[in-house]
Amino acid sequence: MALSRLSSRSTTLLQPLATTSLLRRRHISTDTTPITVETSLPFTSHLISPPSRAVETSSQELLSFFRDMALMRRMEIAADSLYKAKLIRGFCHLYDGQEAVAIGMEAAITKRDAIITSYRDHCTFLGRGGGLFEAFSELMGRTTGCSKGKGGSMHFYKKDASFYGGHGIVGAQVPLGCGLAFAQKYSKEEAVTFTLYGDGAANQGQLFEALNIAALWDLPAVLVCENNHYGMGTAEWRSAKSPAYFKRGDYVPGLKVDGMDALAVKQACKFAKEHALKNGPIILEMDTYRYHGHSMSDPGSTYRTRDEISGVRQVRDPIDRVRKLIIAHDIATEKELKDMEKEVRKEVDAAVAQAKESPIPEPSELFSNIYVKGFGAESFGADRKELRATLP
Amino acid sequence: MASLLGRFCRKLVVPGSAHGSRMISTTACDSEAVKSLNLYSAINQALHIALETDPRSYVFGEDVGFGGVFRCTTGLAERFGKNRVFNTPLCEQGIVGFGIGLAAMGNRAVVEIQFADYIYPAFDQIVNEAAKFRYRSGNQFNCGGLTIRAPYGAVGHGGHYHSQSPEAFFCHVPGIKVVIPRSPREAKGLLLSSIRDPNPVVFFEPKWLYRQAVEEVPEHDYMIPLSQAEVIREGNDITLVGWGAQLTVMEQACLDAEKEGISCELIDLKTLLPWDKETVEASVKKTGRLLISHEAPVTGGFGAEISATILERCFLKLEAPVSRVCGLDTPFPLVFEPFYMPTKNKASSSSSLSSPLKKKHYLIMGLHVWCRYWMQSSPLLITSHSICFFR
Repeated sequence: MALSRLSSRSTTLLQPLATTSLLRRRHISTDTTPITVETSLPFTSHLISPPSRAVETSSQELLSFFRDMALMRRMEIAADSLYKAKLIRGFCHLYDGQEAVAIGMEAAITKRDAIITSYRDHCTFLGRGGGLFEAFSELMGRTTGCSKGKGGSMHFYKKDASFYGGHGIVGAQVPLGCGLAFAQKYSKEEAVTFTLYGDGAANQGQLFEALNIAALWDLPAVLVCENNHYGMGTAEWRSAKSPAYFKRGDYVPGLKVDGMDALAVKQACKFAKEHALKNGPIILEMDTYRYHGHSMSDPGSTYRTRDEISGVRQVRDPIDRVRKLIIAHDIATEKELKDMEKEVRKEVDAAVAQAKESPIPEPSELFSNIYVKGFGAESFGADRKELRATLP
Repeated sequence: MASLLGRFCRKLVVPGSAHGSRMISTTACDSEAVKSLNLYSAINQALHIALETDPRSYVFGEDVGFGGVFRCTTGLAERFGKNRVFNTPLCEQGIVGFGIGLAAMGNRAVVEIQFADYIYPAFDQIVNEAAKFRYRSGNQFNCGGLTIRAPYGAVGHGGHYHSQSPEAFFCHVPGIKVVIPRSPREAKGLLLSSIRDPNPVVFFEPKWLYRQAVEEVPEHDYMIPLSQAEVIREGNDITLVGWGAQLTVMEQACLDAEKEGISCELIDLKTLLPWDKETVEASVKKTGRLLISHEAPVTGGFGAEISATILERCFLKLEAPVSRVCGLDTPFPLVFEPFYMPTKNKASSSSSLSSPLKKKHYLIMGLHVWCRYWMQSSPLLITSHSICFFR
């Protein structure tokens, strides 16, 4: 008797919730009706009139932003624990806090547009369509990694998505990126190259060389400065006379964007792509922030206060911003978003477990891919007699 | 597996009395105060002394203000002020060019490149400006006060861009000096000599040894002469030549060889350019065999220069081809580092050092070789050869 009363009460308790969730819920994949959202801050521009603050998006897009950014965040945190467990060796530069730049950029471009970035490339790789399993395998140096385990954290590549990596030397990717744009112009592809670099690399001479040539020849290059305000441990005001990186192009137009707002990034990249295809290079400065230190060997708190880091996390976190937008526009409930995050966590854990089981590369891989196949060059080891291998 | 064991041998380095192999040392006198220091502390001490003794000397580079990523510059900014010890933006070409300019005005510029792997943007400045300044200005100008310090070499997990050994590139440039210390005591003396040397010097510090190597270092101001190699272990059967961190590996190989009855002579080159040919030549004339070992890839490495020169000078005294136990001809790998590195086992098993070095074999081989030469050479030569036979 008591049980039945209990059960009836519980069903009545359950019912309202069930009906409201059915009424309120809109499924991820179906709703593409445009929603207009204003960016957090207006764009600041140099030599060009800025795009409008009103960005068109949709529920589907916002939910995909949320999920993808949550995936990236989770991946970086998992990489952190793997590094501390010594499963990832070498260097590991984490991107958490900066996810909006990778996500917003992807939303504005196609896979035919090329992206090239520095060593902080895990999330950019994911944004380009890279898999979690490939990413973790590469981090742990396994054969199933995207670069066959020979590149490591700093050298993720994905050819079919026009992701040109992944570069260890600071600033070296900028002339390379302009070269890619040059090739795109030659082949009349109607595609652009997004060359990403940091505020530390902005002081490299080769950047200005590349910029001059790109401007001279009207190359479809978009130079994106991911300004997280610290070049390793050096704050921007201590290393740059002019921290207005978007203006540094002088004769090249520039735009300053709130890099923690995925929609602003999307708007800016869309605008930049159109500009680059018609008028040549443009510089985008993404005002962003990284929560971790420069790399895993940097605690990240010797040159900035913990209050600063938590302050940014509370006020400007990119995932929270999209979460608030989703809830405000009634696209999903807080619980559904939390469930999505839990799902993402499971996905990441599964990928890590799978990657841990992968084999390390064969010793013969040490000699492969130095030259093109069949070059026949010999590689000598100790003594030129004991160990001789013909490079495949 | 053997090579992995060889790797582990490098972990604990305690040179000095523990090995009993530092027999010949031309450094400080024993009555002075000494302190047990690791490599980065010794270098730090050297920099403190350099800045103290010359008011027109400056230390700059990326992140040196707070002590540097390897703690080599700790305390300098606090003691000498931000005008003499300061950070630069991230631009190696700019840093070295800047240093050359400062040195051209008669100052001592001690420039730090954060990792030797990043020295390449500055390569043009070093090769085309620093090395040739005195020459092309007819001795009106020079940048002798310039010293470029860079950590080099494998560290176990460095990968492509934190492990390179670029010394060979710089040894090809007349006009600069290339110096590589092997231990804390050497580092302090050599660094002070390099800073005070009136030529531009590129000073590579083995980063592996920054914390690992601990030695008794005299506290006073002392200099170790450049371009003088040191015989750190005497022997009769084979000469081993190396520099930097690789010497610890070679020392292990020597100890192993000793157990098999092979007596090895180990030479630390210290200065690679200009290098001390006489010491190595004298040693090879005594032993008749030479083995060179370095971490950099074997093709075009500095070992090739040593081999060619010794061949020119000691051809008739050599009893076996010169052996080079070096890194492989591949980019510095990630996971494959243990296979790439020239470990003590590779050194031990190289044909010069391994396989029975019995006197009888010397004679038989020697006889065969010299017989051929006898046919072509003068009677005088025969006599000297026959003396050779009965070593």
